[in-house]
Amino acid sequence: MTMRGQTAIEQAIRNCYKRTAFIPFVSAGDPNEDVSYRILLELAQFSDVIEVGIPYSDPLADGPAIQAGSLRALQAGMTLPKALRLIARVRAVSDVPLVVFTYVNPVVQYGVDALMQACADAGADGLIIPDLPFEESAETREAAVRHDLALIPLISLTSHERVQMIAASATGFAYCVSSLGVTGERASFATELRAFVDAVKRASSVPVAVGFGVSSPLHVRELAEFADGVIVGSAIVRRCEDIQNALSSGDAARLDDSIEALSQFARELSEAGR
Amino acid sequence: MFPDERGRFGEFGGKYVPETLMSALVELEADYRRLASDPEFSRLLRSYLRDYSGRPTPLYFASRLTEFAGGAKIYLKREDLNHTGAHKINNTLGQGLLAKMTGKQRVIAETGAGQHGVATATVAALFGLQCTVFMGEEDMERQALNVFRMRLLGAEVIPARSGTKTLKDATNEAIRHWVEHVEDTYYIIGSVVGPHPYPMMVRDFQRVIGDETREQIIEQEGRLPDALVACVGGGSNAMGLFYPFLRDGNVRLIGVEAAGEGIETARHAATMAKGSRGVLHGSMTLLMQDEFGQVQPAHSISAGLDYPGIGPEHAHLAKSGRASYEPITDQEALDAFTTLTQVEGIIPALESAHAIAYAVKLAKTLPADDLMVVNLSGRGDKDVHTVERLIGGSLQ
Repeated sequence: MTMRGQTAIEQAIRNCYKRTAFIPFVSAGDPNEDVSYRILLELAQFSDVIEVGIPYSDPLADGPAIQAGSLRALQAGMTLPKALRLIARVRAVSDVPLVVFTYVNPVVQYGVDALMQACADAGADGLIIPDLPFEESAETREAAVRHDLALIPLISLTSHERVQMIAASATGFAYCVSSLGVTGERASFATELRAFVDAVKRASSVPVAVGFGVSSPLHVRELAEFADGVIVGSAIVRRCEDIQNALSSGDAARLDDSIEALSQFARELSEAGR
Repeated sequence: MFPDERGRFGEFGGKYVPETLMSALVELEADYRRLASDPEFSRLLRSYLRDYSGRPTPLYFASRLTEFAGGAKIYLKREDLNHTGAHKINNTLGQGLLAKMTGKQRVIAETGAGQHGVATATVAALFGLQCTVFMGEEDMERQALNVFRMRLLGAEVIPARSGTKTLKDATNEAIRHWVEHVEDTYYIIGSVVGPHPYPMMVRDFQRVIGDETREQIIEQEGRLPDALVACVGGGSNAMGLFYPFLRDGNVRLIGVEAAGEGIETARHAATMAKGSRGVLHGSMTLLMQDEFGQVQPAHSISAGLDYPGIGPEHAHLAKSGRASYEPITDQEALDAFTTLTQVEGIIPALESAHAIAYAVKLAKTLPADDLMVVNLSGRGDKDVHTVERLIGGSLQ
C-alpha cells in the first residue's frame, strides 16, 4: 500500500534529489468540476505535490488571479464537500500527494476534526490554512496528527524570531512566502530571500518550499538553487481563465487545446527545476 | 478583564491573519500598551479630544422625544457634535497619535459610509501623515460627498471592486494592502473588529463616550441610567458607551442591529439574530455565512451598518447575556430619522436612527422615572441625499 499523509508529502519532495519539487496550485472546481478534474490529472503527470484550493468568498491572502479563480469555481457551484469528492476522484487514479488549501472559516464551520477526517477519507495528505497562524493552531495541529495529515505552515520575511517556533511545528513541508503581499505574479524576488530560506531550512526538519510570485520557468531555475520545492499558483490559475473561455465557447477542440497549453506550461515549470 | 493575553473575549477574538502580519500585530500591541500608560500620550490625546474635536459632547435630555414615546426619560449622548460629525474621530485621534508617535509616515483605513474614512483623512491632515482609504465601489456611489471630503483632505481613495463592493470588501482590500506595506504603514481599523489588539484598542479609545455619560447622568439625575441603547455594525460606538458600565449589572445594555428589509428576508445585516460562529477579518466572532462557511452579503439602508460580522467583544457580551441585541428595519430607521428631526430638530445619521427607533419602542414599555441613554453616534448630513430619494416626494 502506498503511504499517505505527511510522510507522503515529505517523501515526494525529498525524492526529487537534485531537482526542486514542483508544486502547482489550482482552485477546486475552476472553471467547473469536470474540467477541474481533467486539469488535476494533467498536472499530476508533472507535479510532485498538488495544492487544491477550496474556493472562498473572502480570500484575503490572495491577489486578483486567485480571487478570480475562486470566484469562477464558486459560480460553477463548487463547495467544500464537492471539492473533497473531486480530490477522492483524483486519488482513485493518481498517487500524487494532495494538499488542501483552505481559509480558516470553512474549517470552523465544518468542524476541525470532522474536516480532517473528511480530508483523510478523500485521500488528501495535508492542509494549508493561510489565515491560521501558529498561536491559533493548537487544536488544528492536534487534529492533523490524529488523522496523519500534514499541517503546512506559512513563514514570512517578517516572521523573524517566530521562524524557529513555526518551522519546528511544520509537517509535510515548510512554506516560505517569497515576498510581502498577497499571492500574484511578480517580476523578481527580494534579495534577502535566499538567506531567509536557508534560515528556515536550519530551523526545520522537513523540506522547505517557496511560493508567492513564482511565475515562470526562469523563476523556478533561480529558486531551485536553494529551495527544496517551488509553489506556482497565480500563473497557473490565470491560464484557467483561458480554459473557462474555451469552455464557454462550446468548442471541444478549443477546450482540449487550452488544457494542453496549461499542461505544457506545467511541464516547462517542472523541468526548469532540474 | 477581557481580552485575555491571547486577545480573547471568552471564545471570541484572537488573531486569524496571514503570518506576514503577525509580527506587526505583536509590535502594535507592545507599542499600544507602552503609550497607553505614557502620561504624555494621554495628555496629548485628551487635549486633541477637547480642543480639536470639542469633547466632552453634551448629554442632552430629549424632552419632546420622551413625550413622543410616552414612557422612560430619553437622553441623547451627542456624539454627532464631534468634529467630522460622528464618534469615529475618538478612535482615529487615538490611533493617529499612536501612528505618529511610533514614527509611521503613512496610514490606511477601510470605510463603509465614509465617516471613518473622513475621520482618518482628517487626523492624517492634522498629523501630517499620508493617507489611503479603501472604500467599496458601491459605497463610493452611495456616499459620493464623503469621497470628495476625503480627497479634499488630501487622502487617496481606492475603490474596492471585489466581492460585494461594500465595507466587507473594503476591509479585505485594506488588509491585502497592509500585508504588502506592513513595514512602513499603520492600519487604522475603524471599529471594534479585526485581529487583536484592534478590538481592545478601538474600545479603549471609544470608552470616553461611556466615561463622560456616566459622569453626566450622575450630575443631571443623581444616579446611573436603567438602559443604554446604541446601534451596532462592527460595534464601536456601542462598545464605547457600554464598556464603563459592564460591571453595573442594573444597567441594561442594548445593541441595535440593522434588520434591513426584515430578518425573515435575505436582505439584512442582523448578525446577532442570524449569524453563527466563525472567522471574519482576523477574529473569531459571529457572522452571516452559509452552511459551507462562505460569507453572505449584508444589506442595510445605512452603509455604516452594512457589515456581515460584529466585534468579538459584542459576540461575547451576547453569549454571556450581559448585553442584548435587537433588530430594526430600514423602514423603522427611516421613520425614526424623520421623527427625531421633527420633534427635536436633530438630524441623525441613518445608523444612529436605528438606535432611536428601538429606544422609542422600548421607552413606551417603561415607567416615566426610568432613565435611558441613546448614543446619537453621528449626524445625518451625509444621509440627507439618500433620504431625499426615498421620502422626498412626500414632503410638500
